Amino acid sequence: MNMTWTSIQPILIPVIVVGGLGMAFGVLLAWFAKKFAIKFDPAIEKIESVLPGVNCGACGFPGCSALAEAIVRGDAPIDSCPVGGTRTWQEIGRVLGKEVSVRETRKAVLICQGGNEVATTQAIYRGVADCRAATVYGVSFKACHYGCLGLGSCQRICPFEAIRMDETTGLPVIIGSRCTGCGRCVKECPRSVLTLLPARDLVVVACTSPDTARSVKAVCRKGCIKCQLCVKVCPVKAISFPDGKIRIDRKICTLCGLCVDKCPTGCIVRNIRNSVPAEASSSVPVPAVPVEVEEPMR
Amino acid sequence: MSDGLVTILKIFIGAVFVDNIVLARYIGLCPFIGMSSSVSNGLGMGMSVTFVMVLASLVTWTLWRFLLVPFELEYMRIMVFILVIASLVQLVEIMLRKSLPNLYKAMGIYLPLITTNCAILAVTFLGVDYQYSAAQVVVYSISVALGFTLALVLLAGIRERIRFTRTPAFFQGYPVVFITVSLLALALLGFRGLVR
Repeated sequence: MNMTWTSIQPILIPVIVVGGLGMAFGVLLAWFAKKFAIKFDPAIEKIESVLPGVNCGACGFPGCSALAEAIVRGDAPIDSCPVGGTRTWQEIGRVLGKEVSVRETRKAVLICQGGNEVATTQAIYRGVADCRAATVYGVSFKACHYGCLGLGSCQRICPFEAIRMDETTGLPVIIGSRCTGCGRCVKECPRSVLTLLPARDLVVVACTSPDTARSVKAVCRKGCIKCQLCVKVCPVKAISFPDGKIRIDRKICTLCGLCVDKCPTGCIVRNIRNSVPAEASSSVPVPAVPVEVEEPMR
Repeated sequence: MSDGLVTILKIFIGAVFVDNIVLARYIGLCPFIGMSSSVSNGLGMGMSVTFVMVLASLVTWTLWRFLLVPFELEYMRIMVFILVIASLVQLVEIMLRKSLPNLYKAMGIYLPLITTNCAILAVTFLGVDYQYSAAQVVVYSISVALGFTLALVLLAGIRERIRFTRTPAFFQGYPVVFITVSLLALALLGFRGLVR
């Protein structure tokens, strides 16, 4: 008996002391939490449950709970969450008893078609497989200074797995049904070939290069060569060429598609997404339509 | 001057300048770099650290003296001290939120950060290692925290100016901050041997 006690003692005493301390602190914490409990606005919790809860930070607040608090305090507008979209805003409005004006949801669009076999590469890149790492010195391995590098920074930053890299073209494909328009990829892209556009039928000039025809042709088969045939062919004069770049006025555009057929390099793309009215886009899932598949030209 | 006062002055000068927790001991570098982007941030963090450091070292000193030493459990001090610091920060946070909401708001983001701040743990250890009395431990922890705040505010002030200088591209961001920190540490080396 005495033998066992002396052999157990060096284990038992620390267990009791440290365990007791932990217990004491636990009880003290629990008691304090109850004694010093403060009342939160129940609306905060309700709004937090309505928000997407992915803590992506697209609203500018550290997370969904911080945004919920800011909305209740009145520091943030009800439609602060770009991810949740119209439905979330309406839910929040219902919680707070406020009317919400419906804003158009936007989704990310890739405005470059310079994938493999289309855009020329001027060097073999063996560095870190990340677009930002590959553009430290302004230029990169692609001969076009404006085109997509296809190293997938946008895919990795996307909190919703709405971007996949197409193996044949090497370009990111935005999965419309998953894209929430949070704009993380737009901010991440060092080449600014991603942009947020209204989630409806659009005609888009899928090239950001401001270069002249000769230099564009030297580096990409699907770049804009500024021939302005689209400007001439548009029956409603929605296309203009004001400052060295083709611009399409989406308010005037009737989606007739004449410019898409006329464009000699095929850099005007139509039907980036399926026809879904902006109001319904948050409730009706948009079919996953890869940008490349949707090219109607050729 | 009485002996006690001299000792206290020695502890103070030693902890603030000679053995500055960040610039001479290289402890607590994470909040030092992380929270020094602006002077106001640095001051907020410094205040919170001071507050927690004094409380934590006093409580751990008491536990050490009256619990760990009598039971010969000195080897358990890492566990016990971490337990104390973590619970203490929680307690303080709960209390502040209720009774001093303004102070809580000012410290809000820093308090949870301090839970895992190695400077706090280091001070609780050092206070015990130096065999200070309770009063000396309080003076020591205040001095260390002041040294931390001093270093933080110094660096924050420099960083605010760095932002407006033309830094070479490859030094921009953290590299230039690290170089600044090492220069600061070198400058503090001048105090070596001041207190014996």
